[in-house]
Amino acid sequence: MNDAFGRPQSVVVLGGTSEIAGALVDLLVADRCRTLVLAGRDREALTAAAARARSGGAQRVETVVFDAADVAAAAAAVAESFAAAAEGVDLVVVALGLLSESPADASEPSRVVELITANFTWPAAAIGAAAERLRVQGGGRVVVLSSVAAVRARPANFIYGSAKAGLDRFALGLSEALRGSGVLVQVVRPGFVRTKMTRGLRPAPFAVGPEAVAAAVLRGLQRNEPVIWVPPVLRWSFVVLRLLPGPIWRRLAPK
Amino acid sequence: MNPSSQSSSPTVVADAARPEAGPGVRQHPTPAAPLGPGVAQLLRGWGRTAPSFGRLVRPEDAQALTELLATRPSDGPQGGQPAGGLIARGLGRSYGDAAQSGGGIVVDTAGFDSIGPVDPETGIVEVGSGVSLDELIARSLPLGWFVSVSPGTRWVTVGGAIAADVHGKNHHRDGGFCSHVTSLTLATPTGTRVVGPDTDAELFWATAGGMGLTGVITGATLRLTGVETSWMVVDTERFAVLDDLMAVMDASDASYRYSVAWVDFSPGHRGFGRAVLTRGDHATAGALGPARRERAVEVPHAPRLRVPVLAPRWLVNPATVRAFNEVIFRRSPRRRPGALQPLASFFHPLDVVADWNLLYGAPGFVQYQFVVGAAQAEAVHRTAAMLQAARVSCSLAVLKRFGPGDPGPLSFPMEGWTLALDFPAGQERLPALLDQLDQLVASVGGRVYLAKDARLSPELLAVMYPAVGKLADVRRRVDPDGLLGSDLTRRLGLSGAPRE
Repeated sequence: MNDAFGRPQSVVVLGGTSEIAGALVDLLVADRCRTLVLAGRDREALTAAAARARSGGAQRVETVVFDAADVAAAAAAVAESFAAAAEGVDLVVVALGLLSESPADASEPSRVVELITANFTWPAAAIGAAAERLRVQGGGRVVVLSSVAAVRARPANFIYGSAKAGLDRFALGLSEALRGSGVLVQVVRPGFVRTKMTRGLRPAPFAVGPEAVAAAVLRGLQRNEPVIWVPPVLRWSFVVLRLLPGPIWRRLAPK
Repeated sequence: MNPSSQSSSPTVVADAARPEAGPGVRQHPTPAAPLGPGVAQLLRGWGRTAPSFGRLVRPEDAQALTELLATRPSDGPQGGQPAGGLIARGLGRSYGDAAQSGGGIVVDTAGFDSIGPVDPETGIVEVGSGVSLDELIARSLPLGWFVSVSPGTRWVTVGGAIAADVHGKNHHRDGGFCSHVTSLTLATPTGTRVVGPDTDAELFWATAGGMGLTGVITGATLRLTGVETSWMVVDTERFAVLDDLMAVMDASDASYRYSVAWVDFSPGHRGFGRAVLTRGDHATAGALGPARRERAVEVPHAPRLRVPVLAPRWLVNPATVRAFNEVIFRRSPRRRPGALQPLASFFHPLDVVADWNLLYGAPGFVQYQFVVGAAQAEAVHRTAAMLQAARVSCSLAVLKRFGPGDPGPLSFPMEGWTLALDFPAGQERLPALLDQLDQLVASVGGRVYLAKDARLSPELLAVMYPAVGKLADVRRRVDPDGLLGSDLTRRLGLSGAPRE
């Protein structure tokens, strides 16, 4: 069960091998989480993440393999993850994502489809299926890793940003539709996060590590915040940044 | 179970609209649809944290409840998912998740509303479990009888008072609520039983403070206390520091029937730890002046103020918390012996404002109440020091002494000091602070109160309530399939089929 501070005992992570997911799992299992299902693409990486969670305090860790290119199988991956939890699921974390820093990707239809699918279509289908299960079970939470790029993308990452924008809006809309059902969908909008996904890129202002994102998620769970900005200063920064005229934005936004 | 068999159930109050199965006709938001009768509803505790969606059913009589307990949760529409348990709910005054069950059935006991005649010799009365203490007092007070144990609010039911084994300001003298219950009627999945301290004492005491895990209480026989008036004679004393307060309580609480202390634990000022001690007893008719003799017995009135809407989340903040506590301290006399006070303002000061929990806004609030042994007064001081160091905002703190506890394995009171602390739930440092307090309390053999709890871990429950195994023994007898349970008992690992 989720406690008064939104601390879950049973968690499913879709995209369980990402660095942000890893940092979040560290905090969750150090707290109340005892049952954990890690779902992802890479079986070996999942096994390593599971071992880390066990040593951190999780009593039961299961892994589920899925392919984020296979949209038709999204609901099945969710079903398998819930079945692996074998009890009520308190929190579903949706942390998968695929970054593109090359505007040239837009000219390659298959690459566009791949990016949009991994960042929007597959996660949206999974979130919808997971939220429905939580609703039937009488309550629970979904935390969706979005990005500040969903609010305003840099010229280099607009494909990623456009998919995240879709996912972000989908999650917020679903949360609204589920008001009063006991299910809460929360969106996390980190700025630049230093991970293997962003290695080699020039960090944007207010860059943070995965641990900062994880800590912010815990705070957001406690405070029931619909949108969790990381770091919090970006909430106010983006009020301005989203309205900046193009020429100024192009100068500020790192390529 | 299919929809047609549901409609024949006598326990249906109103069946919320459910979409037909099949693609294309589903709408959001639709109510959660664990199979079973009743009204699908989002339920929460008084602290308004951790809501969950369950089916609220109000059985009109014992027969309807028996039928409800005979139904077994079948697999949910997706199969394999455990359905939530069945739990009783009275007026929803437990602070956390004790009277809700996500995906399960919540039994509203309001239908069990009878109040029998009060025996004029002994003060014994038979009441339904859904009767509130407010209703009972309104009936019995004009006859010269008052509830033997009253918690800080009249808006709790008799069933809830037994299930949480609630205590009052007289615990050091008179024990807990269940010490004044001579028998109770309990509907269990294996049949209805009438039990008492002398008939099936094991089941009786497992039910006392058992948080609903032994069945649904439908009625009880209570022993009331004779009073001559509805007035209290109250001695009030103010203290600048906690040490002085505890020394006085230690030395002279025994000579008062009722005693409780308010402590200022609002953070970051020099008054931290100051306190107001109020102690008293029921006023005799002779103690009233001629003016008051006219209205010697007055039934407490319903709240005249109501918080109309959920307050914004910034309303309860360190500054307003400090101001609130400043007002409590300033309006209390330095020292005033023998003042007459109406019963309600002595026992139920917060009842003057209905829905005061809405003041905490969307994040809600948690109350942390613990008890430690009489020799562990140091733990109270350490708690104060930890509160001060963490700079967490504590909106209300109440300290009192308990007498010896009941034999109930999950009953909270035990001889010693009990401290109740209210906190706005959204404070970042609060979860870790309360976890540290758990460790402190457990390390000195103390425990936290489950009726207030919304965040204890299952690991520490077994340490704090070492006799919890006795409850499992009883549950194997009355609930072998593990039908009963709430969000609280699931969180604490208490429900499900009892393990061998």
